[in-house]
Amino acid sequence: MMAEQMISVSGVTKTFTNNGKPTNVLDQVSFDMKKGEIVTLLGKSGCGKSTLLHIVGGFLKAEEGTVYLDNQLVQRPTKKCVTLFQQHNLLPWRSVLKNVGLGLEGENIPEDEKKVRVMDAIKLVGLEQYLHQFPHELSGGMQQRVAIARAFAMQPDVILMDEPFAALDTFNRYHLQDELLRIQTQMKTTILIVTHDIDEAVYLSDRVLIMSSHPGRIFKELEIQQTKPRDRTQGDFLYYRKKILEQFELSGTNKAPEYMI
Amino acid sequence: MGRRELMNLGKKILNFSIGMLILLLVWQIIKIIGDYPEALLPSPVNVAHTIIEMIVDGTLLVHLQVSLGRFAAGYLLAIIPAVILGMLLGRMPRIWQIVDPIIQVLRPVSPIAWSPFIVLWFGIGNMPAIVIIFIAAFFPVLLTTVAGVKKVDKNYLKIAENMEMNRLELMVKIIFPAAFPSIVSGLHLALGSAWIFLVAGEMVGAQSGLGFLIVDARNTLNLSGVLAGIIFIGLLGFILDRLISLFERWVGSHWGISS
Repeated sequence: MMAEQMISVSGVTKTFTNNGKPTNVLDQVSFDMKKGEIVTLLGKSGCGKSTLLHIVGGFLKAEEGTVYLDNQLVQRPTKKCVTLFQQHNLLPWRSVLKNVGLGLEGENIPEDEKKVRVMDAIKLVGLEQYLHQFPHELSGGMQQRVAIARAFAMQPDVILMDEPFAALDTFNRYHLQDELLRIQTQMKTTILIVTHDIDEAVYLSDRVLIMSSHPGRIFKELEIQQTKPRDRTQGDFLYYRKKILEQFELSGTNKAPEYMI
Repeated sequence: MGRRELMNLGKKILNFSIGMLILLLVWQIIKIIGDYPEALLPSPVNVAHTIIEMIVDGTLLVHLQVSLGRFAAGYLLAIIPAVILGMLLGRMPRIWQIVDPIIQVLRPVSPIAWSPFIVLWFGIGNMPAIVIIFIAAFFPVLLTTVAGVKKVDKNYLKIAENMEMNRLELMVKIIFPAAFPSIVSGLHLALGSAWIFLVAGEMVGAQSGLGFLIVDARNTLNLSGVLAGIIFIGLLGFILDRLISLFERWVGSHWGISS
């Protein structure tokens, strides 16, 4: 099967002005993603990975460079590419059912089909017991599951995730990572994840893009050739983990001098 | 309603009764110690007589209805445009920067100060009271709405963008509900201040209503009538405040703000 290109980022440069001083956040970033791929942008906080995700999602404009999604230039956010944030993804005044249905409200499809799609998405994340619950009645992990359900209900080409599991405890995080992989294998959605968690990157992705900071660049690309689901304690997993850590040391831009007199 | 809530309610009613009892007691004691004549400070018993009389002969009901009607008119006329205007101004920071100082200059002026103009422009009868209530209710709602709209979580706006919502959808589905808790607290504030100005409004050329009742009693030197009017206004204000507090609490729990 020939995999088609889904995302194509080329030469993206972004500068923020901080106290009158321009800082180069992203410098000539380019990468591609194939359809159905899971790719993570891995980097330390402040390396511009979140900014990059916002540019891919159409929320921010790059000064230079272009982003193409399914061969169309990205200029603003669209329903074809849904972004999930670390938290506050849900509208607190809407029940689980209404939150998941939000993305389909404007769609020109029959009501019955909408209902089926919403229910299917909720079943996918195993929350059919909580249809009429409100977000504040759910745990953080359940809230993210609702957000994931909403994204998949929209049947987008791409889902972008900005540290989606960072606010969760370890057990919940592992559980949700498994859920995400399971759903993705079923739906074949292209997913781009931003994270600073090396384990998460190795566990989820087909490819890891390691970013260096100041300015943000893609420093190294690493393909994880291991079948999913992966074993977090197995040798190969640790091998990739070690390799990534080594890369971070090589990138070394943030390394503080150990002795300063 | 669960057992716990029922007990809470019982406790609240008990507290209220104790408070009122103490107030009556203090009043009676002052009356006895100071030995004030009836023309200076009516006794609780006399005022109670007047209250019962007014309830039985129907005067209370008539004036109460008129007052509540005016209050509802002035309040609703104020809050609907205040909320709509607040939602628009909250989304237009540049314009708000210009409008805000104007509001801040107008807001501290007591609605009563406008009464000469109000009478000139709106005549007498129902209108002055309605206009004064309008002024009293308008600003708190406008300001809290703007504040609520400005602090809507940025993520919600991003979600709206992601869903490709148009301006109207954004307002109806995101901004209004997100700002709703702020708006409701503005409605609460406005209810209190507008109720305070009901009496003042009805003292400006009205021939009916609770405010008029007090003015009329004063003109005939009927001081227990004045106190009866004061008690009605106080109790009603209390009830209105409780009702909107209940609503506010419901909104709070529904929006996940308070547990």
